[in-house]
Amino acid sequence: MASEHVVVNCTINGENQVFLANERDSLLEALRDRIGLTGVKEGCNNGNCGACCVNMDGRIVNSCLVMAAECEGAEIRTVEGLADGDQLSPLQNAFLEQAALQCGICTPGFLVAAEALLEQNPDPSEHEIRYWLAGNLCRCTGYDKIIKAVQQAAGQSVV
Amino acid sequence: MQAVKYARASSVEEAINLLREGGDTARPLAGGTDVIVQARERTRDISLFVDIKHIPELIGIEHSADGLTIGAATPCYQIYGDEQIQSDYPILVDSCSLIGGTAIQGRASLGGNLCNSSPAADGIPSLIVLEAQVEIAGPNGRRTVAVEDFCTAPGRNVLAAGEFVTKLSFPKPAGGSGARFLRFIPRNEMDIAVTNAATQLRLNGDGSVAWARVSIGAVAPTPLLVADAAAALVGQPLSEQTIAAAADASRAAANPITDMRGSIRQRVHLAGVLTERTIRQAAERAA
Repeated sequence: MASEHVVVNCTINGENQVFLANERDSLLEALRDRIGLTGVKEGCNNGNCGACCVNMDGRIVNSCLVMAAECEGAEIRTVEGLADGDQLSPLQNAFLEQAALQCGICTPGFLVAAEALLEQNPDPSEHEIRYWLAGNLCRCTGYDKIIKAVQQAAGQSVV
Repeated sequence: MQAVKYARASSVEEAINLLREGGDTARPLAGGTDVIVQARERTRDISLFVDIKHIPELIGIEHSADGLTIGAATPCYQIYGDEQIQSDYPILVDSCSLIGGTAIQGRASLGGNLCNSSPAADGIPSLIVLEAQVEIAGPNGRRTVAVEDFCTAPGRNVLAAGEFVTKLSFPKPAGGSGARFLRFIPRNEMDIAVTNAATQLRLNGDGSVAWARVSIGAVAPTPLLVADAAAALVGQPLSEQTIAAAADASRAAANPITDMRGSIRQRVHLAGVLTERTIRQAAERAA
């Protein structure tokens, strides 16, 4: 059976978007290939690595595990929505200052996930940060620098 | 990805019709954290997703004098974020906060965890000890199945063609009850169980066990209800001896395989250890 195209109306980073997706597209594929938001990354494409993490209706999700057609009426936020023009968000600045990235593939997912954590828990413990980010994998940093960046963005003293 | 089509159902009747029209390769879609992977990796032949999570009765949590009802598609984060579940059914918080990571819990549901019917599912042992009833809708009407009778083999269950789970219902635990779910994995989070276990028990005023249920997972083709473990406890004081006897019963019931996650010997051992720990921690919650 051939898939057909489907029109999806949603909000992406605060702007109304109408886009045409193949019915079989994941949200990840739609964001990258149809809308051009290539900040979202494909890692494992099966829900293990978190590189494709976006915020959907206030919750983080793996966009590889969401069908684009499911997003009718949804509010999506990606890493592209974090900065205000050329002004990086406090979390993004903290990632730079703490050197919380090397190759950078995992970084958009970590930023979106950590931003969602700080929205609902502005002063998380180290345990809460590690637990929340357990679904985001990084092969470069060993995680400590990422945890410190989130702590810095939360206004905590970082040793 | 297979050439899968997508349809959103707004009522149970509409979902039944869409699934009937879609035939054998139509699948209900809730959080999609298992079924989208299966479609992409072609481990299941899927031509149509029928999105059931916009059907009002499939989403949400309802507390009543008789107990608790959870819509089958309700995501894990809503379950562990519910204050009354935190106080009355903390074992559901144990399970739902261990299914995948945060991004998975934003979508994955207990109904989906059940229907995926993995032997290692982290939701099912808790559903079994809570005596959950599974409400099913399909072309021949509605029926209810006890959750311990739902799974039949790895990835298989009692759902007939066109049927899907609508709700999970739980009786209200009697006073003096406590329940605990534990999982063994080599890291702290985001992994699949080597073995898991759940216990619910009710204590009498004198500290003896009035009622118990024990379930173990990842040690057989389906999650197991271990009646002998409960029988070792009921009517007895909660002592080292009775807890050891219950752990023995779980080891005897375990019939695992050796795979990349663990050996037969390790899993049988863990079935005993986790049975013991869940009994002790369920008793702490009962007190």
